[in-house]
Amino acid sequence: MAVLVDTDTRLCVSGITGREGTFHALNNRSYGTQVVSGVTPGKGGQDVDGIPVFNTFHDAVIETGANTAMVFVPPRFAADSILEAEDAGVRLIIAITEGIPAHDELRVYNHLASRQSVRLIGPNCPGILSPGKANVGIIPASFFKEGKVGVVSRSGTLTYQIGNELAQRGFGNSSIVGIGGDPVPGSSFIDVLALFEADPETELIVMSGEIGGSAEEEAAEYIASSVTKPVVAYIAGFTAPEGKTMGHAGAIVSGVAGTAAGKAAALEGKGIRVGRTPTEVAEIAAEIAGSLG
Amino acid sequence: MDLLEYQGKLLFARHGVPVPTGSPATSLEQAVAAADEIGYPCVIKAQVLIGGRGKAGGIKVARDRDEAESHARAILGMDIRGFTVHEVWIEAASDIAEEYYASIVFDRSAKKPLVLLSKEGGVEIEEVAQRDPSLIAQVHVDPLIGFQDFHARRLAFEAGLDADLVRPVGALLAKLYEAFVREEALLVEVNPLIVTGERAVLALDAKVTLDENSLFRHPDNAELRNLSAEDPQEQMAKERGLTYVSLDGDIGILGNGAGLVMSTLDVVAQAGGAPANFLDAGGGSKAEAITSAVEVILNNPNVKAVLFNIFGGITRCDEVAHGLIEAFGSLEVKVPFVVRLDGTNDVEGRKLLADADLPNVYTEATMLGAAQRVVELAR
Repeated sequence: MAVLVDTDTRLCVSGITGREGTFHALNNRSYGTQVVSGVTPGKGGQDVDGIPVFNTFHDAVIETGANTAMVFVPPRFAADSILEAEDAGVRLIIAITEGIPAHDELRVYNHLASRQSVRLIGPNCPGILSPGKANVGIIPASFFKEGKVGVVSRSGTLTYQIGNELAQRGFGNSSIVGIGGDPVPGSSFIDVLALFEADPETELIVMSGEIGGSAEEEAAEYIASSVTKPVVAYIAGFTAPEGKTMGHAGAIVSGVAGTAAGKAAALEGKGIRVGRTPTEVAEIAAEIAGSLG
Repeated sequence: MDLLEYQGKLLFARHGVPVPTGSPATSLEQAVAAADEIGYPCVIKAQVLIGGRGKAGGIKVARDRDEAESHARAILGMDIRGFTVHEVWIEAASDIAEEYYASIVFDRSAKKPLVLLSKEGGVEIEEVAQRDPSLIAQVHVDPLIGFQDFHARRLAFEAGLDADLVRPVGALLAKLYEAFVREEALLVEVNPLIVTGERAVLALDAKVTLDENSLFRHPDNAELRNLSAEDPQEQMAKERGLTYVSLDGDIGILGNGAGLVMSTLDVVAQAGGAPANFLDAGGGSKAEAITSAVEVILNNPNVKAVLFNIFGGITRCDEVAHGLIEAFGSLEVKVPFVVRLDGTNDVEGRKLLADADLPNVYTEATMLGAAQRVVELAR
């Protein structure tokens, strides 16, 4: 088992004819993901190395049975593409695009929330990797192998760093889910923690957060009430000054809200261990795994 | 992107939010002419992106031309907590009977705009919230239906406004919401929102944060950048398309990916060092971007040592090595560098660096080791 993407995933890539879209669609396919189609308006009928391209998501879903969408189009077109995928019946949408206007994200989020059983991961995320099964997005799969640690993170490269530290201690992963660094992520830590809690393959969960917003504090409450599996957390941004956006649109300390210290305290207050460095996260994970036998 | 008070007021005015008549000025002559035009008494207000302007002497009432001239002379060029005043805003003085508070914030937790209204204005709203949260009326708005009359009524009644103010304050909030949505703001705040002796309502201050990601749809707003308030390295980085934040320390930092860079700053601080900057060279950084980033980092005279922390995913470590080698070829580098390359093409990258044998460049295998090394070198 894994969460969200696996061997049943049938992926349609929006923006497949763009440079990045082509590169990552083919990369995902060579990993073993079933990349069944792509969408680029005006390029219907063409193909990208054998992957058929359609003008609309509706055509792609009808013709190729796509059940998962990956959005790679530029920011100004991304909200529209996400809404189109939902309208065409796709139930899992993974938006890689960085720089989508916040008000677009707000409308998309509230629209999708009013719909049944559609899930958005991202935007501004590296995607999802279920080692040995499927890779949807830009996560460099070669660093990860199959295993029992579920990882959920707001960041891309930091996830690779933590994943690498875990791998050096012999851990593999059930799935690695990047929820993205924007202020309005389609899925929260809580949504993904619930999936890992229900996934029989996942025995330990690593959650990597950062400054800004209150998603980590909310996750702390949720873990205390609803997660039975051990969780190790990491928070980036202890040295971030107030009022400055640290790269990710969502990574900003506003007044006393959203600080790393506050988040770590909220987690530790619920008995969740927080590693102070990526290395320490892996050490704590190893310690917990040892005690699990 | 934060706007100056007057930029916010002009933006409000475009959407019908009532604001005092006023005019910006960058010179003494302009300021006096504006004051004459507006008439006396008028208020001369320093335009800087920092609070406490009044206490610092940056807001003065002028009763006549002489006062306007002496106030404008004192305020233009004044330093307010590290920010130099390059511009003033001159506006008609208002007859203030009551000071209220109104704002619309982007509530990330609820994923909806949150509108706040309180009769306790003119002071820090955080203080009011601490003293008695019930003094602040709050309503979430579904962005798919927008701000409705009932939202306005609820806010006005819950805040305890007098009956005659329910309609005018409600109308002001509706216009404020329109400005928030149409201009794609992340925050609009009016503190104080005043009631005059004649019971008119007016936005006496304006704090606006716009979403930088939406500026492609708002070319006029994109022009509003207040570059004079930006730090020189941040300005230089922006021109080169790099994500850079200035910090107080002496260790220059470059990494790829916002999360990893934030984490690198933390690890350096834990090792006893003080980072001089946040610099995310981004995913898939090419050699030119790296060279350009080194230039920005070294432009800060405080930097005593530099740490490169790269975990290659889309970014290729050999490209990073090429960029660093080029930077050493084109710049005069006087400080030591510690380089940690891991991930995609790391072996090639490390070999390139070893072959180039750059002076004062040290490679480390781990993030922690690299952080400790750079802290030692900066001492």
